[in-house]
Amino acid sequence: MQKKLIPDIDYRVPSACGVTGIMNQKGELFSGDAIYASICNMLERGSGLGSGFVAYGIYPELKDYWCFHIMYQDDRAKENTEDYLKKNFGVKHSEPIPTRRVKSLKFIPLLWRYFLEIEKEVGSAEDYIIKVVMDINKEIEGAFVFSSGKNMGIFKGVGNPDEIGEFFRVPEYKGYIWVSHNRFPTNSVGWWGGAHPFGILDWSVVHNGEISSYGVNKRYLENFGYFCTLSTDTEVITYLFDLLVRRHKIPFETVGNILSAPFWSQIERIEDKEERELLKTLRMVYGPALVNGPFSVIVANSSCMVGLNDRIKLRPLVAATKGDFLYISSEEAAIKIVSPQLDKVWMPRAGEPTIGKLM
Amino acid sequence: MAKPKRLREFDVVRDDEKCIRCEVCCRMCANDVHSYDAETDKVSADSAKCVGCHFCEDVCPTEALVIKRNKSQIKQNANWKSDALGNIIKQAETGGVVLIGMGNDRPIRDYFGRIVLNASQVTNPSIDPLREPMELKTFIGSKPDRIELVEKKSKVRNTTEIPPQLELETPVLFTAMSFGSISLNACKSLAKAACDFGTYWNTGEGGLHKDLYPYAHRCIVQVASGRFGVDREYLKKGAAIEIKIGQGAKPGIGGHLPGEKVSGEISSTRMIPEGTDALSPAPHHDIYSIEDLRQLIFALKEATDYKKPVGVKIAAVHNVAPIASGIVRAGADFVVIDGIRGGTGAAPQIIRDNVGIPIELAVAAVDQRLREEGIRHKASLIAAGGIKSSGDVVKAVALGADAVYIGTAALVALGCHLCQRCYTGKCNWGIATQDPYLTKRLNPEIGAKRAYNLLRGWSLEIKEMLGGMGINAIESLRGNKEQLRGIGLHEKELELLGIKHAGEAW
Repeated sequence: MQKKLIPDIDYRVPSACGVTGIMNQKGELFSGDAIYASICNMLERGSGLGSGFVAYGIYPELKDYWCFHIMYQDDRAKENTEDYLKKNFGVKHSEPIPTRRVKSLKFIPLLWRYFLEIEKEVGSAEDYIIKVVMDINKEIEGAFVFSSGKNMGIFKGVGNPDEIGEFFRVPEYKGYIWVSHNRFPTNSVGWWGGAHPFGILDWSVVHNGEISSYGVNKRYLENFGYFCTLSTDTEVITYLFDLLVRRHKIPFETVGNILSAPFWSQIERIEDKEERELLKTLRMVYGPALVNGPFSVIVANSSCMVGLNDRIKLRPLVAATKGDFLYISSEEAAIKIVSPQLDKVWMPRAGEPTIGKLM
Repeated sequence: MAKPKRLREFDVVRDDEKCIRCEVCCRMCANDVHSYDAETDKVSADSAKCVGCHFCEDVCPTEALVIKRNKSQIKQNANWKSDALGNIIKQAETGGVVLIGMGNDRPIRDYFGRIVLNASQVTNPSIDPLREPMELKTFIGSKPDRIELVEKKSKVRNTTEIPPQLELETPVLFTAMSFGSISLNACKSLAKAACDFGTYWNTGEGGLHKDLYPYAHRCIVQVASGRFGVDREYLKKGAAIEIKIGQGAKPGIGGHLPGEKVSGEISSTRMIPEGTDALSPAPHHDIYSIEDLRQLIFALKEATDYKKPVGVKIAAVHNVAPIASGIVRAGADFVVIDGIRGGTGAAPQIIRDNVGIPIELAVAAVDQRLREEGIRHKASLIAAGGIKSSGDVVKAVALGADAVYIGTAALVALGCHLCQRCYTGKCNWGIATQDPYLTKRLNPEIGAKRAYNLLRGWSLEIKEMLGGMGINAIESLRGNKEQLRGIGLHEKELELLGIKHAGEAW
């Protein structure tokens, strides 16, 4: 029934958006109030058709278990998925994701979370989790895993950020990285899975933009076993980060040079020959990973939060620091509402990643 | 008995009032169409000899000449058209194979013409190439699937060795056209244009003439079944090596340069005795299987110390995707696919018109196959055969090609009017001929400028199209089928091309 209402499962829906992220670089936990206030100061950047939050450090008692957040269209999808999970994992704990009733929200799916342990011999646990998530999302009708990391979780749905935040009781959690998104898609969407953040493993991505290189990036990722089931641009960016950082072991600074590669004219001007050769090689080898078109993204995992713009900065992105806190946002106003007295505020340049790391 | 004549193709129409009897047409026409009679002070034409190259029309100072297609007088017949009749009459006289030049002129379905491109509106800003950087730089060669980085003195350094690459400023190269099939001046024109613009030209199987040495650093040297002109020096001089297995205009067929064309210059360049026929066998007689090809690829790599990319050119045939996959696995750094509309200096017409498949389908199939097998990065893909405009270039790249070869388009820039008589050696434009009287009409400096202009014009247009799509680097177009939509194509055709129909959103 619902499937008919969900264009972004079958089509790519471009969207403009607001993004904001807060990180305590010492890893100290703080409540979701801050991110809630920040994203709600950018309501203009969304259209009530999607928003979401991601928080790191929220499940300290179960931090060693893979935590899946799954949305179901109906009970059958839930039964099928739970059978599948039981076959492939030890299920330590499962429960409905706690929510509060918000009148204006529609098409609310069943929302469950599972804390899982890999009991069999699988080689790389990360690759196994990716395979499992791809399997469920591709093969089990009506089920969608939207969060699959450890000690972190994504909360998202179709609605304004104030509604979604209240629905998922976001201010009640405590985390050391918080990232949020407010969506303005260009056509009506009814499916909760299409909202941001998008995540795989402990990666999460919020994204403001439209990727003109989507066709190239998607086909490139298929080479490495990533299948874009969702048809969203954001999914592509998430997988690119996982491929480059986790599997190819490329540092974040260098990933910036791949996703928003410097222009040839800039590369030619670099004096350090080895550096010049490196950048040239990156473009040669990772050309299909170049993300073209306007975007600003905030990418996070358990140890970092990174902001990145496209190569000619066609979408806004501001960064700021205050003590151990790093802020990255579409608008300065969304930062100032949380922390009016900042140590430093700056506009990251096109293609230059802003990196926050756990100290 | 009364013998049927082949239908006259053209009528030479002369405006006697405009004609000033300068006799330039009489002196210029290699086919002896025009003649001047001093007694009557009349210039007349034997239209039956006219091939339709329009040279006389273009050089006539008073525009007194117009070459018109002869309106057919035979009874209309959907099946028996004048060209079919003409060929039968020709064969009844000679008992031979009908020869032809240039690419297929049949209405083989033009997929490029049925594909349209995307542009950005609102959600994604289009980019103005006159104000923002727009990059067409392209690398041809094998790439690793990842690189290994190390940190040295707090700087990230690459430790992965990258195989040799060709670096192009635009994704367009000049295809293989041998000295022999075209004149040295035509070779020079293309060679110089390629060097000036920052792309590559190709020797074909005619060897590398000494006069072309200054352009050798941007030359792809071909090793074909006749092995003409191939020695260590030749291999070392070129920037890359291309093993020619097949050609789109004549898949499965060899070549034949008649002895009368093997002049002193050609003899020394091809390293064969003067006046002997230069015969290229249909297969390479040392390649009867894919493993034999592998040996030749590595023999050539050994001979050049693994410093040059070695590629393989094949004609687009039914089984092209698995064949290309085998070629990549055999170690080729690039694969050239030449479609059914590809040109030639001479081919049996029956082969040219009937054998092979269109390049659009072939490129899409090969690209998809290589991706499915996870080896797409191991070789670059060059599409050839019927690229008529920058629009075709963009579509070919979006269908999966790294770059395209152009041949006919480049010759048209030098004057060619596609009369399809290259094999006669009487090219009035000085392109497909070795007659010094004719070749000197093509000034290599001017020719180079015109070929350069073509590359420049197309590159500017490609940038405009990219910018419209919101893309500022060609690598984001490569295989980006999302930017393409088909019009009036069957579901199966869309599936093979891997594109959606116009009207469908993302």
